[in-house]
Parts: sequence; structure tokens; C-alpha cells
Amino acid sequence: MSTEIQTPRSGRNSSGKYSSGKIAPQYRRGTGSKGNFEMFAWLFMRLSGVVLVVLIFGHLFVNLMVGEGIHGIDFGFVAGKWADPFWQFWDLAMLWLAMLHGTNGVRTIINDYAEKDATRLWLKVVLYAATVVIVVLGTLVIFTFNPCPVVNGVQLPGGFCPAP
Amino acid sequence: MSAELAEPASKIELPAHIGGGGEIPTFNITLRVRRYNPEVSEEPVWEDHQLTMYGTDRVLDALHKIKWEIDGSLSFRRSCAHGVCGSDAMRINGRNRLACKTLLKDLDTAKPITVEPIKGLPVEKDLIVDMEPFFQSFREVMPFLINKGHEPTKERLQSVEDRERFDDTTKCILCAACTSSCPVFWTDGQYFGPAAIVNAHRFIFDSRDDAGDMRLEILNDKEGVWRCRTTFNCSEACPRGIQVTQAIAEVKQAILARKI
Repeated sequence: MSTEIQTPRSGRNSSGKYSSGKIAPQYRRGTGSKGNFEMFAWLFMRLSGVVLVVLIFGHLFVNLMVGEGIHGIDFGFVAGKWADPFWQFWDLAMLWLAMLHGTNGVRTIINDYAEKDATRLWLKVVLYAATVVIVVLGTLVIFTFNPCPVVNGVQLPGGFCPAP
Repeated sequence: MSAELAEPASKIELPAHIGGGGEIPTFNITLRVRRYNPEVSEEPVWEDHQLTMYGTDRVLDALHKIKWEIDGSLSFRRSCAHGVCGSDAMRINGRNRLACKTLLKDLDTAKPITVEPIKGLPVEKDLIVDMEPFFQSFREVMPFLINKGHEPTKERLQSVEDRERFDDTTKCILCAACTSSCPVFWTDGQYFGPAAIVNAHRFIFDSRDDAGDMRLEILNDKEGVWRCRTTFNCSEACPRGIQVTQAIAEVKQAILARKI
């Protein structure tokens, strides 16, 4: 007569809760992702953060402190800035870095706080869609901005055009 | 048969004026223990015990008093009871500590002292959790010496500086206080966790070990060091005072230095 005594913790595969392997299923890690994506994402956060500090404070200084300061900001001021390739590049870099930095940050938060894989997937789909729309739209605006729109040979009102 | 041996010095009774037993102050505490018994209920419950304890007592002594004198069904792990084996890590007043290293007088005895199992690992009964996922991560970083050279005939010599490099991370007792204090680990238990990284660090920076690159590759995983958010919960929880977050940062740097 023998009584089978089940091991209390590690070997639950006989008749215990966990049918295969020793580790409760929710703790089992996938076979491991090859590649260095997480490393580069981590590095990008630090490098883009440093660059963004310069870009954003430069942006704020030029817009709010120089010349007439905040009172000088209007449609014409923005039009003037985007006529200059330097500011086009500055704003483009700011847009892309801020968007990727922010997206990666929110991606991290989703990974850390969403508990189900399905929740993670859908939150990330929404996040990436929003990022693509904003980055594409922003880039388009910076490069195709026309302060003096003319439709069918007629100037639209509100434009800032040099006198003809 | 033979004459009685003389009483050892430590057992000689001291005269009353020198001091000794009976003079330790006592105080009353309420110990609020998180009880869980899956055979009775799926829901854990808080259970209060009023105890009279001494100024020299630790949380572990209070748990012993309950188990030995009040309710023998209370379950918790402890082995050495002196802060070396790392069995009795638990969440005391919301912080991960060793019950055997936490003096009751250092806690606020006016309020109930809460004792819970460590978080993030499946509770089995009362204060006992399933440590298997924790040890699995520990195993995965290969926490043993790997040396590709010939077996030496003498000990493997190392300079004082080389030994000093990983001294801090040799102190780990695998109590899981760090890993179970980490909010990233709480989410889904996928993160390797601070303890595994600390034990990898101990060999990665050991000049006698040849498998540092393999361990760095393991920790470059998506659930590896890059999930660390430097919240310092682990460094704060470590009963051995290991600078855990710093060790993780050093492993991150080592991976970066190797890749770039």
C-alpha cells in the first residue's frame, strides 16, 4: 500500500494545477526575442531626450523671448520662420524626435501596465496609428506650407503675401 | 562516572545589579496578518492578533508566538532566522523586509503592523509564495563559474581590485525581496527581475569567468535589463544593502559597450 504524496511546489505536472513544466504558465517567458530593439529603444530615449532639451528650449527662447516676444507671434511670424530652411529643419527634428520619444514612452507604459496581450495589442495599434498620422501631417505642413494660398487664380483671404 | 564539568562562563548566573533577564521592556502590538488558505476560501483575509512582545523581539518572533501559542495553522517560511538564509522575506507595513531582521520596536507599534506575502508571485498559503518563477530566472542567467581554460591545479587567483569589482553583488541571499518589490515584475512576471540580474552581474564582472558575453546576451532580451525603470524599489528593499539598481545599470552599460 503506497500513498502518492504530491510535491508541494515544484513538480505540479503529475496531478497539480500546472500541466506542463514546473513554472506557472503566466510566468513562462517566450523563447526570447533576438535582436537589439529594446536596447536601441532605450538608447534612443536618452539621446533624443538630450537633443530635445536643446531643441525645445531653443524653440521657446526664439518664440517667446527674442524681439517682441510672445506678442510677436502670429500667422506671419510662423510663415516667416518656415520660409527659412534652418527653422524648417529645426521644427522637423523637433517633431520627429518628440513624437518618437513620446510614442516610445507610451509604448513602455503600455507594456508595463497592460496585463493582457490583447489589451497591449490594441492600445499599441491606436498609439502607432496616432503617431503616423501626426508625424506625416506635421512633416507635410512644414514642407508644403504656403503663406499665400491662391485657389483658381484668387488669393484666399488672410494670406500674408507680398504686395503684387 | 566522572566529575561534572564546570558550567560554561556564559551560563554563570549574574548578580542582579549587573543586569540580565526580566528587564527588557514589553509592549502590546497588533499584528495584522494576511491569511490565505485555498482549501477554505479563494479570498485572502486579514487577521488581527493582539500580542505582548519584548523590546528585543522581531516580527519573526511575533509570528512564532502566533504559530506556537495561538494558531498553529499560520504558515510562513523561515530557516536560519538570522538574516542569512533569505527564507522569510515578506511585506511588512507595505515594505519588503526580512521578518527576522525587522525589530518590532523600529516599527510604529501604535498602529497595527501589517504582514503580507511578497507581491508578484503566486501565494500558496498565508505568507508562503511559489518561488519557482523567481528561481527559474535565476537559473537562466547561469549563476555559476564558467571557465574555458584548463582546470588549474591550485586555486584561481584574483587581484584585490578584480575581486572588489563584483563584491557588492556577492552578498545576495536570494530572498526575492527585490524582485517582488519591482512594479515591472508585478505586471506580468515576465521580467527577469533584479535578483537574476544581480547574480548575473556577480559573474559578468568576475575576471575568472569567461561566459560574461553569454549572460549579457541573455539579459539583452526584451524581458531583460531594458525593462528596468530605475525606480530604486529593489535597492530600497534589499536586506543586504546591495546597490541593486546600480548593478542593473552596470549590466546595461556592459551590453551597450559590447554592442556599440
